[in-house]
Amino acid sequence: MDLRPVDTTLLFIQILNGVQLGLLLFLVASGLTLVFGILDFVNLAHGSIYMLGAFICASLTFLVGNFLIAVLLAVPITGVIGYLIERVLIRHLYARSHLDHVLATFGLILVIDTTVQIIWGPAGISVPLPDWLNGQTELFTGVIVPTFRLIIIAAGLVVAAGLFWLVNYTRLGMLIRAGASNSTMVSALGVDIKTLFSLVFALGAMLAGLAGMLISPITEASINMGGEVIITAFVVIIIGGIGSMKGAFVAAILVGLIDTLGRSFLDDVFALFMSQNAAETAAPAISAMLIYILMAVILALRPQGLFPPKVR
Amino acid sequence: MKSLDRTGWITVGVMLLLGVLPPFFYWIGNEFYLLLATRLVILAIAAVSLNLILGYGGMASFGHAAFVGIGAYAMGIPVYHEFYGGFSAAASTNGLFQLALSVGLSALFALITGAISLRTRGVYFIMITMAFAQMVFYLFQSLDEYGGDDGLVIEMRSELPWINLDNPLQMYLLAFLSLVLAMGAVHMIVNSRFGMVLRGAKGNDERLITLGFNTYLYRLTAYVIAGAICGYAGWLMANFSTFVSPSMLGWSRSGELMFMVILGGAATALGPVLGAAAFILIEEILSSFTVYWHLPFGLMLIGVVLFARGGLLGMLQGRGPGK
Repeated sequence: MDLRPVDTTLLFIQILNGVQLGLLLFLVASGLTLVFGILDFVNLAHGSIYMLGAFICASLTFLVGNFLIAVLLAVPITGVIGYLIERVLIRHLYARSHLDHVLATFGLILVIDTTVQIIWGPAGISVPLPDWLNGQTELFTGVIVPTFRLIIIAAGLVVAAGLFWLVNYTRLGMLIRAGASNSTMVSALGVDIKTLFSLVFALGAMLAGLAGMLISPITEASINMGGEVIITAFVVIIIGGIGSMKGAFVAAILVGLIDTLGRSFLDDVFALFMSQNAAETAAPAISAMLIYILMAVILALRPQGLFPPKVR
Repeated sequence: MKSLDRTGWITVGVMLLLGVLPPFFYWIGNEFYLLLATRLVILAIAAVSLNLILGYGGMASFGHAAFVGIGAYAMGIPVYHEFYGGFSAAASTNGLFQLALSVGLSALFALITGAISLRTRGVYFIMITMAFAQMVFYLFQSLDEYGGDDGLVIEMRSELPWINLDNPLQMYLLAFLSLVLAMGAVHMIVNSRFGMVLRGAKGNDERLITLGFNTYLYRLTAYVIAGAICGYAGWLMANFSTFVSPSMLGWSRSGELMFMVILGGAATALGPVLGAAAFILIEEILSSFTVYWHLPFGLMLIGVVLFARGGLLGMLQGRGPGK
């Protein structure tokens, strides 16, 4: 048997990539789980908002000439769009079944995606980075990583920390948690629950939009990026337990790592016990399914996910 | 035999039209409508199977297109190996072999994924069925031998005794008869003791469990039956379009199937057929006006959810929206 030595530098870089993917997934999944946990609403169109954020940011980058300023402008714009969507459509669906939520937001996906296609055209838009973000950083000897990936990781961690602070230590967070447990009681205590719901939805939209903006310089803004991320985000919140912020974080990092490491190292692992040829055929197919297999295993053991919310 | 009520007459009438009209168009030399109707009827079979679990069983599967895809690939892959060698055990152009493979594999996939997904309820179930379907999507997308993302061109239609699928009229009649049989099968199932338990469990699961029924097994059985019927629809679809690609089992296809059932009228015999017909008509008409037809289609979908509860059949029965 021919054992290839594991390249530790490559392994480290792939772990970093996995963490970066996980943090982006967390940004998307946290909005989903927030909206589900508090509004009891299934938003299939969450991925479309992620995609919309990327396109708005791309246009603003060309308009103002700086990616960072574009992000700072695009995040509130995405929030406003989310707010409007909630006011016009979503709030009329809260009393309906989850099936109705899914169907209506499926319609919303078609509307948003086609609108984006009409405005920006069918091709993707690549987003240029400022020079100081576009380079490489040597973390320690021999380990060179793109600077922007580090920025994504930092931004993801900051937002995650901010979100935990917001939900656990602010008045708004207290209302959000109270609304999740018993929204009727909160509204009876004189809180404008409708506005609170709109704000939560807008917050979710901003988080998804930010994730889309952060990924766009790497992958470019494209129409089908929303559809790709939403399923993975679903897998994340199913594994984490729908409605649980902590679950979303743990599951997002887990899914990010497993997906990235699976795609880069599974063929080496397979080569240990099958021929190189067979490993190279089987590995891409299995690694494409890896996170779903993970989901199936976790669900078989814990049908409510890793961290099921206590109150539901 | 008890006499038909109003819904029964509507059902018989629509099915008679569907059986007679497309062959008539073909006979007067207008093949286009026959082909359109073939696609309609095949989609209707898939929708009928989804209706068994979604409408009667209350299981909102958002991954039903996976069964269409599995059934279609199970028809296309044996043909591929027959023509290009490799994996000789599966190489065949025999329609009955392919059919067994399509139905068998779809049922197997339904058994495995259903056993896991049915442990959960509500929104979990919606998301998990969606995720499992997407898993199959990525699987076929990564299989370069079968065309990957570009899909697989099927060189030859299934060889069947007595029937020549290269003849569009015979293809249509087979699909139409299959639809009638599928509707009959679902009708028999939901009105049997088994179906009563299934529908009862949709209404009040706990009561049925207390009465001593293992509702999980009833649901799983229904899920496997629906998967098998839908795999059959996939086999037909592969034969009709002589092409199969991962996009056939993408989640927007599953959403469209769901739309057909809800639009037509869930938990009714004719609903899925009406829904499929409406979908095909909407698609044909809107896409003739604009390439951006998904925009008005999406708005229509939202409108249906907000305003037209009870579906098309509900309107035909004169009960109006919301019952």
